[in-house]
Amino acid sequence: MRMFRMLAAFYRMLPSRHKKAFTKGLIKENPVLRLVLGTCPTLAVTTAAVNGLGMGAAATFVLVCSNIAISLLRKLIPDKVRLPAFIVIIAAFTTIVQMLVKAYLPAIDKALGIYLPLIVVNCIILGRAEAFASKNSVGLSALDGLGMGAGFTGALILMGGIRELLGNGTLFGFPDGGIIPPITIFVLPAGGFFVFGMLIWFTNQLVARFDKQAARGDTGEHVCAACPGASICHSAPVVDSVAVPAIEKELAVAGSKEGRDHE
Amino acid sequence: MENPLIITSSPHLHCGMTTRGVMLDVLIALSPAAAASILLFGWRSAAVVLVCVASCIAAEYLSRIILKRPQTVGDLSAVVTGVLLAFNLPASVPLWQAAIGGVVAIVVAKQMFGGLGQNFVNPALVGRIVLMASFPEDMNRWVTPLQGASGVDTTTSATPLEVVIQGGEMNYSLQELFVGIRPGSLGETCVLALILGGLYLVIRRVISPTIPLVYIGTVFVMTWLLGQNPFIHILSGGLMLGAIFMATDYTTTPINKTGKIVFAVGCGLLTVLIRVFGSLPEGVSFAIVIMNILVPLIERATRPLPFGEKRRLRNER
Repeated sequence: MRMFRMLAAFYRMLPSRHKKAFTKGLIKENPVLRLVLGTCPTLAVTTAAVNGLGMGAAATFVLVCSNIAISLLRKLIPDKVRLPAFIVIIAAFTTIVQMLVKAYLPAIDKALGIYLPLIVVNCIILGRAEAFASKNSVGLSALDGLGMGAGFTGALILMGGIRELLGNGTLFGFPDGGIIPPITIFVLPAGGFFVFGMLIWFTNQLVARFDKQAARGDTGEHVCAACPGASICHSAPVVDSVAVPAIEKELAVAGSKEGRDHE
Repeated sequence: MENPLIITSSPHLHCGMTTRGVMLDVLIALSPAAAASILLFGWRSAAVVLVCVASCIAAEYLSRIILKRPQTVGDLSAVVTGVLLAFNLPASVPLWQAAIGGVVAIVVAKQMFGGLGQNFVNPALVGRIVLMASFPEDMNRWVTPLQGASGVDTTTSATPLEVVIQGGEMNYSLQELFVGIRPGSLGETCVLALILGGLYLVIRRVISPTIPLVYIGTVFVMTWLLGQNPFIHILSGGLMLGAIFMATDYTTTPINKTGKIVFAVGCGLLTVLIRVFGSLPEGVSFAIVIMNILVPLIERATRPLPFGEKRRLRNER
């Protein structure tokens, strides 16, 4: 509890762009539900909530570590070979995670199977390395990795929980007491795609609502006006935030921001 | 009448064929099979049909309201979907599962894609497949026909197709198969009633006989070539129901004749492959759904040439 309070105090002390580096991964730029990255492990391992938690935790560890390492090395890595260099760093951390999980959590290792070593090619991790860690300071990169990892883990637990509850009648392995009769299709791939689609729809609705509220809270000024990238942002003149596919706009804004942060 | 002179573009004459009229014809064509199912499996089958129809209508009505689209529940297409779904279920299916099937068929397969005319697969078949994947035990409990209306002491047995494919000896004669005295889904067993309904639809020009004939013919020839008894194969399983009522759905089948033949041959081949070599005893629903998904490609390949044009090789463009 004390540790949590300390963490909260630390978080409150952060400058706002650090805060944003962390929070954007939770919902607004959720890697799975908004950027639609890393769908392969998402669909494959979320037959149970515990698997989602395990996968999310493992990927978060790799993501944070590789973001920090890549951010530290960003001036040393030549531009032309940056992708192989990133992959080597990510692979090193993935190997560490795989060995740790094999040693201490053999059940999770069995459930995740091939998807644990495949964290190496998880496009969330390489995507964050390329789009964020290679252009930003260590602190920002670590927070970005943490936020993205938390968003990934949250989405996986949510999906795993829904699929496990409806498809197997249990949640985190505990039976629900027979309230919901198991509907097997939810643990099959077809049900995975269905739940995935519904969650994407739900998140989009949520973000559209946030955007609308933010626009209304603004004192008549356009949201984009506050953005430093507004002059080069191609979606800036569009007033209604719902009119542009929000994801495109997010990416454009994030891209221009990250470019600015590059020293 | 403010403006007695009405200026519109063609068409100026209407043959009077409406969606509602077509659906009503399909319902009339389905009624002999419905009557047969009540005779064979008792009043329980009527309950299944009613639950499916009710859930389909409710799902259609509510989803149109939620999606803020014009109400289309009056065109009776939801009723047809409900009846077809019920015909694809065993008589002993729990009623709440039948209701779920109706909701999935209408909401997931039809309304999420834009409603009638926009669905890319047959909604009733999607409902059945989802139920089969979700509740395999309940969906494979086949009631033995003609044992009175009581729902308690019903006995169940394997369908003839299951027996034949496992190499066993079938205890039903071909005549019994023809009138439907065998375990199976509600509406699929009575081939006689289904053929009557199909004839009615062909005479009323609601469907063209191309797809049913080619589909059944392909299954006959294929099973014969593979050394099975072709008569058992065409008279059992869901082939008649699928070929006459499901594979002739306007939305999910090709428009022109060549396309229809390709579609029907594909359905027949897949059905036989699943029946003879697959792990499932019956493959009509999967065959039709797979071919439904391929329809856009079939349409593209069989697009008729405008008069006077020559067929060009793709590279020349």
